[in-house]
Amino acid sequence: MAKKVSLVDTTKAAKKSPDKVQPWKELGLKQEEYDRIKVILNRRPTSAELAMYSVMWSEHCSYKSSKIYLRQFGEKVTDEMKKNLMVGMGENAGVVDIGEGWAVTFKVESHNHPSYIEPFQGAATGVGGIVRDILTMGARPIAVMDQLRFGAPGHPDTARVVNGVVSGISFYGNCLGLPNIGGETVFNKVYQGNPLVNALSVGALRHNDLKLAKADHPGDLVILFGARTGADGIGGVSVLASEAFDADGPSRRPAVQVGDPFAEKVLIECCLELYAAGVVAGIQDLGGAGLSCATSELASNGRAGMRVQLKNVLLRDASLTPEEILMSESQERMMAIVPKKHLKAFTEIVNRHEVEFSVLGKVIRKPRLYINWGKEEIVNVPPRSVAHDGPVYERPVAYPKWIDALNKSSVKKLGLVRAQNASELASQLVQVVSSPNQASKSWITDQYDHYVGGNTALAMPDDSGMVRVSEDSGLGVAIATDANGKYCQLDPYAGAKLALAESYRNVAASGAVPMAVTNCLNFGSPENPEVMWQFKEATAGLADGCLELGIPVTGGNVSFYNQTGDTAIYPTPVVGVLGVIDDVARRIPSGWQDEGNNIYLLGITRDELDGSAWAEVIHDHLGGKPPVVDLAKEKELAELMHGANLQGLIASAHDLSDGGLAQAVVESCLRFNVGARIWLIELIERDRIDLTAALFSESQGRMLISVGREDDVKFVGLCEARGIPVLRIGVTDSVKELVIQDVATWSLEELRNSHSATIPELFG
Amino acid sequence: MRIGVVTFPGTLDDRDAKRAVRLAGAEPVSLWHADTSLQNVDAVVLPGGFSFGDYLRCGAIAAQAPIMKTIIDAANGGLPVLGICNGFQVLVEAHLLPGGLTRNEHQHFICRDQKLIVENVDTAWTNQFSIGQEITIPLKNGEGGYIADEETLKRLEGDGLIAFRYSDVNPNGSVNNIAGLRNERGNVVGLMPHPEHAVEPGFGPDTPLAMRSGVDGLQFFKSVINQVVNA
Repeated sequence: MAKKVSLVDTTKAAKKSPDKVQPWKELGLKQEEYDRIKVILNRRPTSAELAMYSVMWSEHCSYKSSKIYLRQFGEKVTDEMKKNLMVGMGENAGVVDIGEGWAVTFKVESHNHPSYIEPFQGAATGVGGIVRDILTMGARPIAVMDQLRFGAPGHPDTARVVNGVVSGISFYGNCLGLPNIGGETVFNKVYQGNPLVNALSVGALRHNDLKLAKADHPGDLVILFGARTGADGIGGVSVLASEAFDADGPSRRPAVQVGDPFAEKVLIECCLELYAAGVVAGIQDLGGAGLSCATSELASNGRAGMRVQLKNVLLRDASLTPEEILMSESQERMMAIVPKKHLKAFTEIVNRHEVEFSVLGKVIRKPRLYINWGKEEIVNVPPRSVAHDGPVYERPVAYPKWIDALNKSSVKKLGLVRAQNASELASQLVQVVSSPNQASKSWITDQYDHYVGGNTALAMPDDSGMVRVSEDSGLGVAIATDANGKYCQLDPYAGAKLALAESYRNVAASGAVPMAVTNCLNFGSPENPEVMWQFKEATAGLADGCLELGIPVTGGNVSFYNQTGDTAIYPTPVVGVLGVIDDVARRIPSGWQDEGNNIYLLGITRDELDGSAWAEVIHDHLGGKPPVVDLAKEKELAELMHGANLQGLIASAHDLSDGGLAQAVVESCLRFNVGARIWLIELIERDRIDLTAALFSESQGRMLISVGREDDVKFVGLCEARGIPVLRIGVTDSVKELVIQDVATWSLEELRNSHSATIPELFG
Repeated sequence: MRIGVVTFPGTLDDRDAKRAVRLAGAEPVSLWHADTSLQNVDAVVLPGGFSFGDYLRCGAIAAQAPIMKTIIDAANGGLPVLGICNGFQVLVEAHLLPGGLTRNEHQHFICRDQKLIVENVDTAWTNQFSIGQEITIPLKNGEGGYIADEETLKRLEGDGLIAFRYSDVNPNGSVNNIAGLRNERGNVVGLMPHPEHAVEPGFGPDTPLAMRSGVDGLQFFKSVINQVVNA
């Protein structure tokens, strides 16, 4: 046996050896950051402190490059927008009052890099992490969604990532018992070496069940419970571990966490029982930065301090060093602040769920975080300096000159050939709806449980996911997410607004009233001034857009460094909109349900093919300017939908977005296998466009509505009274065919085959 | 009329099963895996989920839980027991039903609206159906491929112990399209698809009449109420 040499770096030792060389650079800190830590502590940090600061001051935890831009989400708001906001940005997740004493909390977060290295565990733990964020607010998680971006469909590595990610989400989400109610899957070569795996979760709670992550009452106990702490997810901190010479010790630490959804499911039920029993004063999940984050944030939020004995942490691997314990990102762990008088009740509940726990220490009045390793003090820091007062950077910003050339190379300028006759149009329609990005994603979504819970009112392939919150009244929420990276590449300001517009429209199409916004901003390296310009533009677009629509941003997440070498991904600001519906029984299906209904197109179609699915599929082209976005019009459209739906006038509604009218018509037919006859002649005349634009333009502010004959007059009257352009373009039909006059006739079966075969052929 | 719904660690559809019991007109009673008392219930549902994380084999650890000893004795005495999905796997592991459930042949978890043919109506859980009736209820599993040896299959087919078969599509490679079984006495039924997810208009499978309006699953629970009330 090799002899263990203890080289624990204590605060005492740090004072004695001020000039000791420390691996701050390897841990990702900058010289000025390291110097600042020394100023804060008035000495060099111990290796444990260095580990804590390095991870808490990382881009991921501190938002140091994005902070100055994220502020505007809190500034560009009116009192009216804040009215329903119970908890805004900065907490684990925002909380929105939806009425009847109910609140919901929702958030989307990225798990991009781990999902490229190890797609299955990366995606699985992405779901696990966001669900714990929701749980931390005191809510029962009620649904999940995923926003996925993969590389080119034909690339040899794409199938590995797709299969791993989808299986990981399926494995973890299904095992947690949370319905997966929707999401997005987009393929583009820019995501080849850097796929995006964003996960959204929504939870529901009664107003008085709200929990906050803070420790503010001296004497309360600090308890770590759930899974044991192991060596997973330690990443860069292993350079510190190499200081301890131990022949028995593990040599390499896996940087990707490993998830156990069973442990998380038990933890969810255990936490909800603890909340109900009223024994928890504060709660925090352990995600990125593990114990470093949980201890410093709880203390900092409570403006208090904490004394922690690190030897009390239950370990999976007894050879872990104190630094590794502080950094470990082992999953399925929570930290609770429990008043002493409730310890017995706490113990009974966690024992009943067979969940392990240990008391690590207690809350103290002095705003100082002390961590001991046995008798030796290894951390003695002001918690606020770790958790909240990290560095803030105003990174250089530069307008990317290439964008001018890109904007100039429009469909019109390049003279990209349009269909010359009916048969070419017909073939283009099938090519578009069966292309990987426009094809049915049911091969993916069929691997997710969307029934569990018994409250799913809408799920994929509908425009939004919708779940019932109250079984008594039918009160529910709808959520849709969107981000068109191509639009954002052409114009990040407009692109972010377009993402917001589409999510908003999707929620309105389901019959719900849009109410709040979350986001996950996926970008390249913030050290690249052009990427920073994209970020600046996109955040301004989103903040301005929210102000125009009158719905607040409740929280979000930033993911930088999404790039391979020097090539950044397209800016991909995923925008999620949450809407409320008084009774989910009134939700609107996305496809036609009955024959003999009239089909109406709302809104105006312009010749807007730049950045479209048509340009990508038919011409492999991206250039020009994205479609014009008019949020005032989107708002009018949403208000019309709400009014018409209250009167029960709408049989189905499908928003128009990528793939244009062609895509919406095909999906509306296939949803319930109901045919239709469509004519475009009046549309072409009214909007002065050609057939290609009529079918494939991605003009905003449009919706495809079917209306029962008996409600026709009322519906059209309502549109006209509100000044919404309305045009009857077809009828639903008992024949299982789609007829587009002057273009072609398809059987629904052949359309279904084309639309749904693509993805399983590529990845099945 | 009281129907117990068992919760193991990792059970997911217990709340759904309780809702189904309530909508059918009975009183749901929560049963905890570590207890041994059945609290005088008239029937028991073992709901779906991933009990004990599916570790070892699906349902294997749950089959050894304290509550299962009581349930096995009661089932042998005639108590109606319904095992849904993971509950079916538990019944098989507890030897209340024969055979085994294996990984779906296509290797993926699958969630779909599944058509079934009712093969047998002489049970506590199927007496409100008619023989040969086609019903649609959700199916969602990763390990639903039914297998059994030749001799067992012969007995199952010969003695009319197959309760449901997959119609239209065999979603997981089950032999003879077997979706669910009954025991000789007819009090124990197990199946992979989920009747408790097709009990409330608006939240079930799509039907030709309207989106998510399918409530075929309700008849399972009405069957057992009928059986107990008329016993």
